[in-house]
Amino acid sequence: MSVANSHETDTPRPIDGRTDFPPVYRASLADRFRRFLSPDSVITDDETIRPYECDGLSMYCEMPQMVLLPETVEQVQQIMRICHAEEVPVVARGAGTGLSAGAMPHAGGIVLSLAKFNRILSIDPQARSARLQPGVRNLAISEAAAKYGLYYGPDPSSQIACTIGGNVAENSGGVHCLKYGLTVHNLLSVEVVTAEGERVTIGSDGYDSCGMDLLALMTGSEGLLGIVTEVQVKLLPKPEVAQVVMAGFDTVQAAGAAVAGIIGHGIIPGGLEMMDGFAIQAAEDFAHAGYPTDAAALLLCEVDGTEEEVHDHIHQAESLFRALGATSVRTSGSEEERALLWKGRKSAFPAVGRISPDYYCMDGTIPRSQLAHVLTEMQRLSDHYGLRVANVFHAGDGNLHPLILFDANVEGEFERTEAFGGDILNLCVAVGGSITGEHGVGMEKIRQMPNQFGNLEVSQFHAIKQAFDTLGILNPGKGVPTLRQCQEYRAIGPLRQPDASQAGEASHG
Amino acid sequence: MGDISQQLTEQVKQAAETGTALAITGGASKSFLGRGLWGQPLSLAEHTGIVSYEPVELVMTARAGTRLADIDAVLAENNQRLAFEPPRFGDTDTIGGTLAANLSGPGRPWQGSVRDLVLGLRLINGRGEHLKFGGQVMKNVAGYDASRLQAGALGTLGVITEVSLKVLPLPAMEQTLVQPMAQQQAIATMNQLAGQPKPLSAACWYDGHLYLRLSGAAAAVEATAKRWMADSGGEMKVREDGEAFWRDLRDQRLPFFSGSEPLWRFSVNPTAAMEELGNQALIDWGGAQRWSRQDDSLSVMAERAARAGGQVSLFCHGDRSGEVMHPQPSPLRAIQQRLKAAFDPNGIFNPGHLYSWL
Repeated sequence: MSVANSHETDTPRPIDGRTDFPPVYRASLADRFRRFLSPDSVITDDETIRPYECDGLSMYCEMPQMVLLPETVEQVQQIMRICHAEEVPVVARGAGTGLSAGAMPHAGGIVLSLAKFNRILSIDPQARSARLQPGVRNLAISEAAAKYGLYYGPDPSSQIACTIGGNVAENSGGVHCLKYGLTVHNLLSVEVVTAEGERVTIGSDGYDSCGMDLLALMTGSEGLLGIVTEVQVKLLPKPEVAQVVMAGFDTVQAAGAAVAGIIGHGIIPGGLEMMDGFAIQAAEDFAHAGYPTDAAALLLCEVDGTEEEVHDHIHQAESLFRALGATSVRTSGSEEERALLWKGRKSAFPAVGRISPDYYCMDGTIPRSQLAHVLTEMQRLSDHYGLRVANVFHAGDGNLHPLILFDANVEGEFERTEAFGGDILNLCVAVGGSITGEHGVGMEKIRQMPNQFGNLEVSQFHAIKQAFDTLGILNPGKGVPTLRQCQEYRAIGPLRQPDASQAGEASHG
Repeated sequence: MGDISQQLTEQVKQAAETGTALAITGGASKSFLGRGLWGQPLSLAEHTGIVSYEPVELVMTARAGTRLADIDAVLAENNQRLAFEPPRFGDTDTIGGTLAANLSGPGRPWQGSVRDLVLGLRLINGRGEHLKFGGQVMKNVAGYDASRLQAGALGTLGVITEVSLKVLPLPAMEQTLVQPMAQQQAIATMNQLAGQPKPLSAACWYDGHLYLRLSGAAAAVEATAKRWMADSGGEMKVREDGEAFWRDLRDQRLPFFSGSEPLWRFSVNPTAAMEELGNQALIDWGGAQRWSRQDDSLSVMAERAARAGGQVSLFCHGDRSGEVMHPQPSPLRAIQQRLKAAFDPNGIFNPGHLYSWL
């Protein structure tokens, strides 16, 4: 969607959905930014803006008025002061790897890229912490800390590319968060530039701060409450040893019971992942990790810690899995073998991508006890929509990642995929879970929010937003639906009944 | 044991209509915190009971007035516990009060705080609306994290009525080690050991001694203890009544905490020297929490805390008519005032309890 430029108003206020930016105004605004930003840091031509039109969820795209690439916090403050005074929407952006269109631009606003904030400011090996600019890549933190025997805990699958600022915005998790927590558990402080352009530090070098927990509130707020300009994270000692047990099962139920068995036994694995038959097959064809392709479900259970502890727990895990009906059990005997067993899981997304023109990665959480029920229902929905689905699952913490396979070139198929995905998320809510475990609501899951929250909660969220951003210029339209949207989306119904012959109509839903 | 949330909601609605200040209380075990409570009491003491507990899911949901002792008992039957080791200041401490005060015990740097382990809650806001935030799943990023926001807010945003928490298995084994050591050397040692991938679960310096706790698989605890004792040249020894020591530290029953001198709590960079606190200080959380007893002004203490990279509060005793919490910079003060208004537009909940301006 490009910008209508025929409108002749002199005071454009694009926040309330207005996307009409008179070219004269756009040019004068850009000039004001150029007074303190280098010329190449103010991007206004469509060709250079184009790469910013979407994040990792490329089906959602929009062209912003301009893209700004400041280099200092003072510049970010100046940008915010101008945008606040002019009521121009601001969408902050890190690496753009997000999967919920949280960084999709606003047609009447600017994209504030933090890509130039890419320095590791300091690492304190004694205090086990690191001060980072927001554009530092997640994996780069652990790489820099490695020489001290330390690492940064949260490891989202996009960790090669995603940035710590984006991790704060999304409260990113990863494979190891059952034991080591999400982003919110691994932060000490953030420096934030507010909607008004004020610079504040939330948190400290210590673990607790006085007053309301604003650090937790900022974490996962998807760029709606402030612009993160510095992050201080905790670093953890790298475990002495990590070993992984792979176990195949005949049924998803048996694998689910094995997950419960391990945790019930008092073992908190570093990572505990499940894949269904379809995902196993795709991953094995891709990675040749030696997965049991005849299994209906596969568990990868990684135990880390001291040598003694890992030895102990691996032995217990193997016996438990056998006792609980595993059809095959294999334990990594070397770092190479461990890497190989993980390779299949880590390449599950591209592996599925190889057998389908497109895939759509969903992200819901459920109580683990509901797993078998949810997978059965998902199969029913899959049959109904005529779309295949592969499941990879952070089984330890109940985070599902169903991958819906589709072909964007087939008319209506993406719309059907979205409807299918929406049904899965509503199913997660219905069994007591959440519509998003780690990808965020962004633009993508706005429709499902009213199924997880009532109007009172949604209103309270808006009031929280207002306390930080009275004018609503920070990432407007994302994260929390308006009450009008809530009413509209609820009217469509929480869960489409697969028996109705409405698969085709769902594309307009 | 029961659900009185409807009654509580009515009381809040009435107070909102009449603009009556409410003093929210649970077990009244922590009424010494903050700047004092005034107003009509709103008691959650009868709002009790474990609503759900799924040991295999590692999740418990309890009404806010449920006593920690009752929660402990149920968890223990399943070999689980509240891993953040909430302090007990009496027999009546409740889970709601623990969260509102954001109180965690010696294991906090390793096992997390109450704020880290809360998954969701229900809360009555100042409009008398009974809201539900978060849930019972480990990962949930839908909406703002209004649950953790309550940690440390001391009830100024609303009445917490129900809390869902992540619970964890009891460690298979725990062992306490002790070694006579000077303060500054102990700070260095605690940080150095915390940087090793060993099952350290608490580290404290008190009265000229370094105390360490190891928790985890028996083989790992024993091997680490053996190695650290050998490294110390025989100075480090196993302390047999270790469990009692950590419990007394957690519940502030060590002699250090007795008496009525002002008790200051510093949350700082774990490596900070803070020599000005002197040898009388007690250091917990591997250096990140310092307790000091001295009669000084908040501004002097806040300056010391800031130099050590952190914050301070006047935890107990002393002049509680002035501010008792670390000063907030003006933008954060403004944000918290607006948040207060967003939850409690009539300012009825615990007014002035946390800060005079809140």
